Amino acid sequence: MFELSDTFINVLWNLLMIVVIVAPLMLGVAYLTYAERKIIGYMQVRIGPNRVGPKGWLQPIADALKLMLKEIILPTGANKALFVVAPILSIAPALAAWAVIPFDDGLVLSNLDAGLLYILALTSVGVYGVVIAGWASNSKYAFLGAMRTAAQVVSYEIAMGFALVGVLMAAGSLNLGDIVRAQEGNLFTWYWLPLLPLFVVYFLSGVAETNRAPFDVAEGESEIVAGFHVEYSGMTFAIFFLAEYANMILIAALSSVLFLGGWLSPFQGIPVLDPLTAWVPGLFWLLMKMSIFLFLFLWFRATFPRYRYDQIMRLGWKVFLPVTIFWLFVEGVAIYAELGPWFSDVLGAR
Amino acid sequence: MEKIIRILKIWTLWELLKGLGVTGRYLFRKKFTLNYPEEKAPQSPRFRGLHALRRYEDGEERCIACKLCEAVCPAMAITIEAAPRDEDAPDQNGAGLSRNYGNRRTTRYDIDLFKCIFCGYCEEACPVEAIVETRVYEYCFESRNGSVITKEELLKIGDQHEAQLAVDLEVDGRYR
Repeated sequence: MFELSDTFINVLWNLLMIVVIVAPLMLGVAYLTYAERKIIGYMQVRIGPNRVGPKGWLQPIADALKLMLKEIILPTGANKALFVVAPILSIAPALAAWAVIPFDDGLVLSNLDAGLLYILALTSVGVYGVVIAGWASNSKYAFLGAMRTAAQVVSYEIAMGFALVGVLMAAGSLNLGDIVRAQEGNLFTWYWLPLLPLFVVYFLSGVAETNRAPFDVAEGESEIVAGFHVEYSGMTFAIFFLAEYANMILIAALSSVLFLGGWLSPFQGIPVLDPLTAWVPGLFWLLMKMSIFLFLFLWFRATFPRYRYDQIMRLGWKVFLPVTIFWLFVEGVAIYAELGPWFSDVLGAR
Repeated sequence: MEKIIRILKIWTLWELLKGLGVTGRYLFRKKFTLNYPEEKAPQSPRFRGLHALRRYEDGEERCIACKLCEAVCPAMAITIEAAPRDEDAPDQNGAGLSRNYGNRRTTRYDIDLFKCIFCGYCEEACPVEAIVETRVYEYCFESRNGSVITKEELLKIGDQHEAQLAVDLEVDGRYR
């Protein structure tokens, strides 16, 4: 027998937890692509993939296998080191941000007190992967795509940050678990209602942040082929793809945690339904809320045409930013006046 | 008043929600997709697919090498060469003389399917209903010059699909 030091066990435990979080996430990404193709297909009156496996259920597996077997091409003019580092830089923050997401009461990998700040920091780092990819590719399309992404993400980060400020003002904490606990009560004490404009701005900025339609000028097939990842193939391309979808799921999870009460049951405070559904784990409710947002992502993509570049800038700077600032002011007044069920004990709690 | 409605519409994202409503409704529409190898689209008797040369009931080929099809073909996909038939020649005593001996017949009838635009003019021009287009649309070539089909191949296709062809010509004949 040999003694294992506490540190070693700790590291091992953490590694195990990371696998427990990331493996379902990867599976989620795979089946999100399937859901995307099916749902958009249905909205276009087609039926989507249905050939691989029953009803096409094995399609994402086949796609993954194909991408793994494809050749990775390094363009002659590319900066080789940066070219390879870029996809890693874009996936790492998308995965690392999951450390502070509370899946249920107390079920969180790292119970950071500055969780919200950590999230904000990591989602901003993600853009480096895209910018570096565009630069390292030494291709004009990739470069244009990278420039667009950089400008767009920087603009929407601000509106997003202000929306988060609204949440932390209401909750009086940066800890995501505490934010969810502060929303406890019923469906209408969740922050989506008092912070409705911030909620809308946050989710739409999230769509812009992940470069999804209708804010996907970074890819803009019609003008710049595929944007920052034109030169990428095989697994390097797959990793960008993975990062994009992991980010989508992350934004969905964050929107649920910050505005829709995370793991809280929607039947809380309702006489008959609450005790009846008490056995349902919080994780289930969180996943339900996340899938609503993910569906919205796909629904948007099937509905809206792409914004022009200057329209995106206008929306970010001249609409979202003033709206958030205005609502922060309104919220400040409401907190001072200790309004309704939402802000009654914010000052007292501090 | 109109201005207020307009402002309300903008800030409630009314138009965007309406757009989402449209795609939301389409989500539940009946799908148009045809599961191709299992399901196939219906065909008209006038369907213009792969070409074929037909024969008379006694086995004699219909084509009389008039070259009207070659002349009318807008893509110039048809190449015909003709000569009097020397098969079925009688012996020295004149016995065994076939009524087909010496008839004008094609010695070469090639269609380049890469050039062909499947307009059906050849079929329309033909005075003896020899060259026709079948309902076959699932075929492929395995070599570059495989796109040129010869007289023998055309006759073979005709023999294979004669039953269907006769019915289709009969149905369509009323409108010719």
